[in-house]
Amino acid sequence: MTRFMFPEIGQFSLILALFFAVALATLPMVGYFRQSRLLLNTARPLTHIMVCLVVIAFLLLAWAFITDDFSVLYVSQNSNVDLPLRYKFSAVWGGHEGSLLLWVLILALWCLAVALRLDSLPQTIGPLVLSVLGWVASGFLAFLLFTSSPFVRILPDVPTSGGDLNPLLQDIGLILHPPILYMGYVGFSVAFAFAVVALITGNLNAYWARWARPWTAAAWASLTLGITLGSWWAYYELGWGGWWFWDPVENASFMPWLAGTALLHSLVVTEKRGVFKSWTVLLAIFTFSLSLLGTFLVRSGVLTSVHAFAADPTRGVFILALLVVLVGGSLLLYALRAGQVRSSVNFGFSGREAWLLLNNILLSVLTLTVLLGTLYPLLFDALGMGRISVGAPYFNAVFGPIALCLMVFMAIGPFSKWHHTKLASWWIPILGAALLSMGLAATIVFWQTFDWLTWCSLSVAFWVMSMTLLDWFNKQFMAGKQRLNQWRTLPSRYYAMVIAHFGMAISLVGVIMVSVNSHETMLKMSPGGQAEVGGYVFVFDSMELIKGPNYLSDRGHFQVYQQGHLVADLHPEKRFFTTRQQVMTEAALGAGFTRDLYLSLGEKLEDGAWGVRIHIKSFVRWIWLGGLLMVLGGMLAAFDKRYRQKRKKA
Amino acid sequence: MHAVRRKRLLFIVLIVSLLASALGLVLYALQQNINLFYSPAQIAAGEAPLETTIRAGGMVVEGSLARQPDSLTLAFNVTDFQHSLRIEYTGILPDLFREGQGVVALGKLRADGVFEASEVLAKHDEKYMPPEVTDALKSRQMTSESSY
Repeated sequence: MTRFMFPEIGQFSLILALFFAVALATLPMVGYFRQSRLLLNTARPLTHIMVCLVVIAFLLLAWAFITDDFSVLYVSQNSNVDLPLRYKFSAVWGGHEGSLLLWVLILALWCLAVALRLDSLPQTIGPLVLSVLGWVASGFLAFLLFTSSPFVRILPDVPTSGGDLNPLLQDIGLILHPPILYMGYVGFSVAFAFAVVALITGNLNAYWARWARPWTAAAWASLTLGITLGSWWAYYELGWGGWWFWDPVENASFMPWLAGTALLHSLVVTEKRGVFKSWTVLLAIFTFSLSLLGTFLVRSGVLTSVHAFAADPTRGVFILALLVVLVGGSLLLYALRAGQVRSSVNFGFSGREAWLLLNNILLSVLTLTVLLGTLYPLLFDALGMGRISVGAPYFNAVFGPIALCLMVFMAIGPFSKWHHTKLASWWIPILGAALLSMGLAATIVFWQTFDWLTWCSLSVAFWVMSMTLLDWFNKQFMAGKQRLNQWRTLPSRYYAMVIAHFGMAISLVGVIMVSVNSHETMLKMSPGGQAEVGGYVFVFDSMELIKGPNYLSDRGHFQVYQQGHLVADLHPEKRFFTTRQQVMTEAALGAGFTRDLYLSLGEKLEDGAWGVRIHIKSFVRWIWLGGLLMVLGGMLAAFDKRYRQKRKKA
Repeated sequence: MHAVRRKRLLFIVLIVSLLASALGLVLYALQQNINLFYSPAQIAAGEAPLETTIRAGGMVVEGSLARQPDSLTLAFNVTDFQHSLRIEYTGILPDLFREGQGVVALGKLRADGVFEASEVLAKHDEKYMPPEVTDALKSRQMTSESSY
């Protein structure tokens, strides 16, 4: 019966991992201050051992799920004998304890990645970065072990079947969404570690920015992908047809994204021009702090949201303490050290530095508005002024205009040159692109009779697209002594920017169109009936009862016609999960490049009639398409070959 | 003024005005879009404003759900076991809406004392109780205990 020892081995390896993390957090640090190469060199083996132990713990928990070991409390709460195998695996992070273990696992994997690339860093910097990551790992391993161990047993009365995974989470989107989102969240810890090491060593030259850039880009790309997946999942799984809800937990992942985007850009300036040095360090600290804040908001249950697990006050206090120690400590270090930093280079107000500064200001303002809207209810409640909620209208009203403003400048930035740009040389193409975009937007708005706000936003989207393409064309063929037929190789980090900016514009088109050009109705339909929505005729054919592995389902058959032609067969479902006695709506989608048909079932009414929700979602896929382009851009930036060179022999 | 200084001043003015307008926008939007929560007892006591978007909630009273035959309009009662409130809603209820469970509705209180909901929220975990509802139920418990 060795199998029954596995959870104990898992728990034990977590405890050992904590010891090694603490060792990693201290030994190389001591080594640096005592100037002992021996102690500094312990960083790499310590990291390897810690990573192995965390991976073992994670695999053992996964094994407990796969083999239905319901003597483990966490497994019995989140799995079931009838659950399909892939969901048994994803159930590992379906609850609080397991998702925290996933957090730690991904942190460990980032540590491993840094350890593997140690040769490209100077001999003292690499071990110190690992050591700072060791602080973070120690904190979270302690949190995991002391407040929320996933390996707690329920003995001797072992349940036979388990409580099942929340039906909402039984979906492919949720197998992928958390790990990728965490990759991004946690990945900013690497940029954070670089910033802290730069402060500790007092060596704030442009190099740290250069080392931190690919790591930040990689984390940013993962976070973008995670948010995109989450939005897509919410769209088809929650059954309301929305793609973003300004839910506190969405905001929790969005704030590090905004700050991370600012960081990506300010790192460029610091690396290239040696300015904004202390600001960039501060931004790296803030970005990771917002990731931690996000973790706190989601895990402590202080905010009510789709993602909130049952709240446990001790967890909230622990993670708040962790937040205070890590953020407070690094800010204190910043306060002590940042005074020594001097930016030697002055910059002109028409140069690229100024545009990137503007980018940073606007992104910081955006982050703050989201932060304010998210924390305002907590503040209000803490002051005893009553329970409030801040809804989507607040965010739309504030976020929209500022984001548009940012995108107007985003189009100009790439055109400008470092230090100083001669305005005369580029006002003609800019004016041309502006007129073209406004004209194109006006045509669409006139044709579809949208309002002037739509015209403004569409103009901005086209403006970003045309300027980005124009800049690429300019750099590809016109710059220097190139001729039109000569193809020169631009660096992949330039393409990264072009693709990411273009993706942003595509997302914007999606956001605009889905908000002004969508149709939505809720109505009562009986089999045999039909309804017309936005030029499409929906025919309700019949209902049938089907049986899934762990649910029973009412499945509808709908046909959709456009001008007499069949365009889609839709099969929305209403699933009843037998173990949890819970009902789930499975929306049916007729996906398309310019529109989605979205149909979900409401309740069963008398005489076999059903409440039906029908949406026509205009250009909704463009939102995620743009997101994927941004991911591609981020990855190109992360793997730019300039950052892959090995350390030169001194 | 020196050209560089004038430029710098212009830049600072630009940033300050940008921040100021952002702040103005935030304050304005917050004023417009805060939705206060009222329990059925508070509404019965006349504390809630009429025709303003607020939130209300409590336990759905067993057997109170009534639908109109020809549309998706329905009505139900929520209670904090002290007072109850009639909520009217047109549309599709969330999957987790059930009699005997907590819900929160967003909408406006009409002069006739009926709450007209534009949105009904029941959260995505059957063990979950909206904190507002828990509070409303707790305060009821405390008053009833002290009256024994």
